Amino acid sequence: MFSIIESFRSALQSIRAHSFRSFLTSLGIIIGVASVIAVVSMVQGLSASISTQFKGMGANSLSVNAYTPFEEALQGKENVLGLKDYETIVTHIDDISHVSPQFGPFGPFGANVRHAGQSSVTRVRAVTAAFEHANQVVPAQGRFFSAGDDASRRRVCFVGSKVLENLKLTGNPLGQFIEVNSEWFKIIGVGEERGETLGISRDDYVLIPFSVGRAIAGTDTKLNISISFTVNDLEQLEAVQGRLTTLLRRTHQLKPGQPNDFKVETSQEMMETFDSIIAMMTLVLGGIVSVSLLVGGIGIMNIMLVSVTERTREIGICKALGAQRHHILLQFLIEATMLSLLGGLIGLVLGYGLGFGASKMIPGFPEAVVPWWAVVMAFGFSSMVGILFGIMPAAKAANLNPIDALRYE
Amino acid sequence: MSQAEPLIRLEGIAKHYQMGGEMIAALNGIDLQVMRNDYIAFIGSSGSGKSTMMNIVGCLDTPTHGKYYLNGHDVAGMSESDLARTRNEEIGFIFQSFNLLTRATALQNVMQPLIYRGVRPAERARRAKEALARVGLENRQGHLPNQLSGGQRQRVAIARALCSEPSILLADEPTGNLDSTTAADIMALFDTLHSEGQTVIVVTHEPDIAAHCRRSVRLHDGRVQSDVINPARLREVASV
Repeated sequence: MFSIIESFRSALQSIRAHSFRSFLTSLGIIIGVASVIAVVSMVQGLSASISTQFKGMGANSLSVNAYTPFEEALQGKENVLGLKDYETIVTHIDDISHVSPQFGPFGPFGANVRHAGQSSVTRVRAVTAAFEHANQVVPAQGRFFSAGDDASRRRVCFVGSKVLENLKLTGNPLGQFIEVNSEWFKIIGVGEERGETLGISRDDYVLIPFSVGRAIAGTDTKLNISISFTVNDLEQLEAVQGRLTTLLRRTHQLKPGQPNDFKVETSQEMMETFDSIIAMMTLVLGGIVSVSLLVGGIGIMNIMLVSVTERTREIGICKALGAQRHHILLQFLIEATMLSLLGGLIGLVLGYGLGFGASKMIPGFPEAVVPWWAVVMAFGFSSMVGILFGIMPAAKAANLNPIDALRYE
Repeated sequence: MSQAEPLIRLEGIAKHYQMGGEMIAALNGIDLQVMRNDYIAFIGSSGSGKSTMMNIVGCLDTPTHGKYYLNGHDVAGMSESDLARTRNEEIGFIFQSFNLLTRATALQNVMQPLIYRGVRPAERARRAKEALARVGLENRQGHLPNQLSGGQRQRVAIARALCSEPSILLADEPTGNLDSTTAADIMALFDTLHSEGQTVIVVTHEPDIAAHCRRSVRLHDGRVQSDVINPARLREVASV
């Protein structure tokens, strides 16, 4: 116990005595820890920002989309979900609410929107009134369209704030008309601002009533609808998922063994998929940069070996004065560990700065988050590196023969 | 332990080295006894075996054959860590080239052996200051070795040796790196320590230095060639 405190004191003294050399020795660890922390903090920041968006979707919501397996896509097939599927779900599945189908009446990508000579391309989706609750849309101005609007095929729309900005539509937008692919719509509501994800605005959309969308798309067009709904009882989530799968397989007349041509996903599942991607990304990037920690450790071992040779005589003196093997071993081991830990500390601060700086510099990138486990890991790793790479030099020092060490010039 | 029991008892000590396939006998059957408060010189030319003798007596090395009893303990069969403990408790080394820790102050140097004994810091400092005062360096505590003269450095080394209250002060050519005036001062210090009851062993090749001692053991080819009481000290011996 006693000798440990003494070893700390003597290690500090020796690090101070060669402060520049100590700094260069730790540089490998500093860079290693700094890059680990910077990378982890940026990936975690990204993950945190996307997770909050998923949480907004609610744990009890399910969505059904058409799904084309890769082999079938290669054969030029494209599976779709039609209106019939929507009706089947509404009539056959109980215990669900807010069934909200949606599709792009002007194609899956976007449509041209015009107002007073200004034009812009935006995402146009035809949705029912249930969309407001299923997707937690909050009107900042006006209102969302009602079931009545849908039933009477009123040509109204609900828009995101970015659309107004793109169309230079200033002043009160309610009651104004915009032209979408030569169809006219009256604005009855504007959504609350939702910001950006990865530089893409989440307020660049136009929503129109489902029935209007159907009329525009016509009867011949093969619609591809995606349907989202909420399950009344969260416990029933998996059961509903199973029933839905069986139902759709039957109506699509899929043979046993044939893959599903649709996908039923819970927001939980989507989040889990996303989480596993982030975890993999953290692991791979962290793994790559932690190689630099290894290099840093080798640097420490190198300098410690030099230091042992340099201080051979000193070790001889200490042994003559009665130092035991463990005194010498501890002294060098603690010195190596302290070098490494100091490097880790500086690296942590540097990595923090780097991560936050970089995420600020990249436009649209969410703020960096440094999780506590990354800090613990950085310290754990750097002390482990110090101990691991300090053992050999320390053992070399401890095993010196006092007579030879005293005679060393 | 009776007063008659010698502090050091060497019985048939031999040390052999393997050197390039050839066996070299550095020591070849040494029998020797050193009593408490003795003041003894090991003299001999280079290659006589006196360095090996000092290493074995100082517990830095173990003999190939023979028995070594130090303060009643059998040293010859000790493990490395027991040897280290024995060095710490029984031996105070003084070297020709001082062997101070260059980055530590005089006080820290003197405290060093007490660290290995597990003495508390406050007690350590108190004893080290006391030892520095004994060698007349109480006002040099905070100096680094390179801020001290050769004689002062050797005094720090002596204080370091004294500080752990060893049974034996073991000095290896203690005046070899000093001018004659300073050397005389250092030897006078040894004389004083001896008169205060300290057992002192000096390893040297200089007859002048050996003349300070009560007893001279001359080594030659790994054997004791002569073991005499210093004539100049005879009267003093008679009074003991």
